[in-house]
Amino acid sequence: MDAVFKALADPGRRKLLDRLFESPGLTLGQLCEQMDMTRQAVSQHLALLEQANLVSTVWRGREKLHFLNPVPIHEVYDRWVKKFERQSMRALAQLKKRLEGERHD
Amino acid sequence: MTKTEHVYVMYIDSTPNRIFDAIVKPEFARQYWLHENHSDWRPGSSWEHRDRETGQAKIVGKVVESNPPHRLVFTWAAAAEAKDPNAYSRVTFDIEPLDGMVKLTVTHDELIPGSSMEKGITNGWPRVLSSLKSFLETGKPLPIWAKAAAR
Repeated sequence: MDAVFKALADPGRRKLLDRLFESPGLTLGQLCEQMDMTRQAVSQHLALLEQANLVSTVWRGREKLHFLNPVPIHEVYDRWVKKFERQSMRALAQLKKRLEGERHD
Repeated sequence: MTKTEHVYVMYIDSTPNRIFDAIVKPEFARQYWLHENHSDWRPGSSWEHRDRETGQAKIVGKVVESNPPHRLVFTWAAAAEAKDPNAYSRVTFDIEPLDGMVKLTVTHDELIPGSSMEKGITNGWPRVLSSLKSFLETGKPLPIWAKAAAR
């Protein structure tokens, strides 16, 4: 679990996960086009994310495709969020929504 | 239309046989999945994902490949859309021993982007896999599922 938190503790890596959430199966090249980073930096970040099992990869021919793997995040959720009353979490979420207004929905 | 796919990986402290059985044997699946998978698991045979309480089929499809305990492939569609060939996506389980653990990869492809099925499975697989891991490693499914199980 240390690897998960370490991997998430960087805005660039979180952005990479956002990209993969939006478009599953991107190659390194495609990710580089969308990121304001050198290819080497993107590649290193991806390696760290893969190590933490937050990114899963598949080889298709000569292309390596990258996917967001939210399973470890779900384990974090299981351990620290789900234990608490779902009801009160929902009430808080609703309160937040009301305070922030509908436009953020 | 371009289809989309999702790939989920989970490392489980168990054996390939136990993981394979947990998927195909109703008496295991019902405990951590709240559903049972029914089939004779021969290629070409149909399979059904049934609600364990009502016995109602929620997901249906055909077995594409079965190589226990390493690989299982089947097609996947909502039971209500069983007649529509476009509604079928595909699920592949790859089970491989790795560094004393077992790496389970679930690939769900041939999905229609933005479909309710895509939304459903992206919500469902992380939860099912976490519960499966907990079930195989501790003998207990995840609390939220256990609660439902006690009803």
